Amino acid sequence: MTSDRKASDATVALSRRSFLVKTALAGGGLVLGLSLPIGESRSSSAETFEPNAFIRIGRDGQVVLTMPYVEMGQGTYTSIPMLIAEELEVGLEQVRLEHAPPNEKLYANPLLGVQATGNSNAIRGAWKPLREAGATARIMLIEAASRRWGVGAGHCRAEAGEVVHTPSGRRLNYGELAVEAAMIPPPAKVVLKNADEFKLIGTPARRLDVSGKVNGSALYGIDARPPGLKFATLAQSPVFGGRLKKVDDSAAMAIKGVRQIVRLDDAVAVVADHMGAAKKGLAALRIEWEDGRHAGLSTRDIARELEDATLKAGPVAQDIGDAAKALAGAATRVQASYHLPFLAHATMEPMNCTVHFRGHECEIWVGTQAIARVQAMAAKAAGLPPDKVTVHNHLIGGGFGRRLEADGAVRAVEIARQVDGPVKVVWTREEDIQHDMYRPYWVDRIEAGLDESGRPVAWSNRFAGSSVIARWLPPAFRNGLDPDTTEGAIDLVYSLPNFHVEYVRVEPPGIPTAFWRSVGPSHNVFVTESFIDELAAAAKQDAVAYRRALLDHNPRAKAVLELAAEKAGWGTPLPQGRGRGVALQNVFGSHLAQVAEVEVAKDGSVRVHRVVCAMDCGIVVNPDTVQAQIQSGVMFGVTAALYGEITLKSGRVEQANFDTYQMLRIDQAPSIEVYLVKSAEPPGGMGEAGTSGIVPAVANAVFAATGRRLRKMPIDPDTLKT
Amino acid sequence: MSFTIDVNGIPRSVDVDGDTPLLWVLRDVLGMTGTKFGCGMALCGACTVHLDSAAVRSCITTVDSIGEGKVTTIEAIGGTSAGAKVQRAWLEHEVPQCGYCQSGQIMSASALLADKPHPTDADIDDAMSGNICRCGTYVRIREAIKLAAGSQVKER
Ligand code: FES
Ligand code: FES
Repeated sequence: MTSDRKASDATVALSRRSFLVKTALAGGGLVLGLSLPIGESRSSSAETFEPNAFIRIGRDGQVVLTMPYVEMGQGTYTSIPMLIAEELEVGLEQVRLEHAPPNEKLYANPLLGVQATGNSNAIRGAWKPLREAGATARIMLIEAASRRWGVGAGHCRAEAGEVVHTPSGRRLNYGELAVEAAMIPPPAKVVLKNADEFKLIGTPARRLDVSGKVNGSALYGIDARPPGLKFATLAQSPVFGGRLKKVDDSAAMAIKGVRQIVRLDDAVAVVADHMGAAKKGLAALRIEWEDGRHAGLSTRDIARELEDATLKAGPVAQDIGDAAKALAGAATRVQASYHLPFLAHATMEPMNCTVHFRGHECEIWVGTQAIARVQAMAAKAAGLPPDKVTVHNHLIGGGFGRRLEADGAVRAVEIARQVDGPVKVVWTREEDIQHDMYRPYWVDRIEAGLDESGRPVAWSNRFAGSSVIARWLPPAFRNGLDPDTTEGAIDLVYSLPNFHVEYVRVEPPGIPTAFWRSVGPSHNVFVTESFIDELAAAAKQDAVAYRRALLDHNPRAKAVLELAAEKAGWGTPLPQGRGRGVALQNVFGSHLAQVAEVEVAKDGSVRVHRVVCAMDCGIVVNPDTVQAQIQSGVMFGVTAALYGEITLKSGRVEQANFDTYQMLRIDQAPSIEVYLVKSAEPPGGMGEAGTSGIVPAVANAVFAATGRRLRKMPIDPDTLKT
Repeated sequence: MSFTIDVNGIPRSVDVDGDTPLLWVLRDVLGMTGTKFGCGMALCGACTVHLDSAAVRSCITTVDSIGEGKVTTIEAIGGTSAGAKVQRAWLEHEVPQCGYCQSGQIMSASALLADKPHPTDADIDDAMSGNICRCGTYVRIREAIKLAAGSQVKER
């Protein structure tokens, strides 16, 4: 259709194999699954109908949908097609999917303004525009059919990929109408279905991306194998900002399969016939580093700097009433300070990127949440204009924010510039953890005032830490504030008449920060929900009843709180050593209440047995995906609460692999129940909500079980020994 | 050194150092990318394959230790009865999220079921706790193993 389309044809070609597979389930049921990576884009022509950047219908009737968001396991490759298909009137089994090429104009996320998948906003951003895209196409197809038949469009309807003339029962499928529909001017305005007319949205749809994930055929970035491929692994300066001084590669070069040593300013890579030889070669290198100015840095230094920062005033994120005055007049004052650690992403698929640098152009194979960013930054590293850089996107073996960054692609380009032919740069797990970009460290200083009845009359919070947005999306950082860093610290669900929050931006030296399954809420909800629990305890009131009394104006929050409490058996007796804790939040456009039940052993170790979640995430697009995402978020949060901590010593990250940076395993995993509240509100995000709420729920449960308040994560069992 | 190993019933010859982990022989030399790299230290289970009928971590299994042993990978596990049941149950419960760990999960689960057709929760904990899932699909993994252990996959 347009030149944009042509550019995309080159970049979306991922694999020669792209086909629908039929997966037979026992009992004869057939499920249509997509074998990913999916789209090999065919060139468009007058033969196809492309009413917008998301839909293409060929003469053969094939409906191809271009996915602006990437699949990371959150089910977006199923729920996004549901939005389009709902209005286009096609079944999910009738569509084929393609990864979107880098094109910020066409595929920017409306909530971010850039082409990226993150911040739990795929469904929120897509909710209106993609339904409109489907409806627009449907109206044009109906118009084309009505002209062909010489009947009024009002007598025609669309269903299951066909236009039907209702009075006569005549039918034409979309493929037969594609050419004519392409000539119809798009309607100026479309009317979308009401929630009660939905056929697809709200039904549990089978995921379209699963079948390749049970037989090893799904292709992630790390699986790319362009012909002539070499394999590389690397060591980067162990101290951030350090330099490579000297490297003795004689032993490494003698290893069978090692081909080349690539030296960069601050890293060294071994290129080999396979990763086994590359790793062996790397171990055989004798490397000397120039550590640079962060050589003495420790986490304590950073924490102290942040603590100091909370003593000075910062930009005001929210101000209601007069918190200072109300504090002064309060019957009781409660103060606390909270610390949250740096965290690594530890996606199961370690960082990797494959690059073929040909001098005048560059080809990249990677799994990314932000393809346009990768293209732009890789082009810079390659010294080429962006249109000379082709990026093939892949499935992502875990994103969580890590793959919103392009550092891995930049690194791979730097190495590939010195290598003949394509090279796949795979980071060892140690490198992945020690050169991540981390969820920031945070310090909060918070105070509240209670009246005689224990009700909060004043709330004042000042917190300090890094702003990821300021680096990643500078225009969104305004007047010292950004919407992500403060989400969950302001606009609380509770009625708090005098409320004051300040944020002090402090970028820690010597350690890069990034998004991490949300940033703001993963920190702020821990603080606010721990602190409201402290207030309930100070007022000697039940934690659920205390919260509920502050929710008269907020029926959605109240409903999920009551539901979670009821399902969890809140208030019923528990054995010695066990406790329940609750947390309530409204972040990413979804209301969520969680009750955790924990057991604290004599040695202080904490086991989370059961988690009950009640959620109102607006209209549910795919209920099965919501369940899965909440479960996933809870496990992620429990991992953080029990184990998550990255520390620096002498400027080096101390954790390296899953022995020192532990993950929750199945034998420690809680049972999780998810209850959804029916709602007609626009859909909210849920990929991250489960994570932010569970951490304070667990901490509050530990308090219920032991009387010890946890103001620093992760939980330190030594402090809980009895 | 040249080694000939039996992978999924086919003898494959590779010319690598004897201490090369099987993982890289499979992925990089033979191009069988279904087996995944996660840690390289037997800590995560992503690289799990079967050596004869036992689940092993291919990242620490050197190619010279395999000898006559028969290697089965995710690409061929559907050809075993336990493997086929596990794959069907995984689809039925839609276990995978990002999916990256799932080759290893399925290999561990099928070794478990081949050995203990009706595992208890403790058996599941034992067999599966070496496999990390960063996406936290543990609830569904457990359900799917129980479904696979039952007589039939539920009809839908
Ligand atoms: S890669 Fe082998 S256990 Fe992790
Ligand atoms: S499904 Fe993503 S790591 Fe298990």
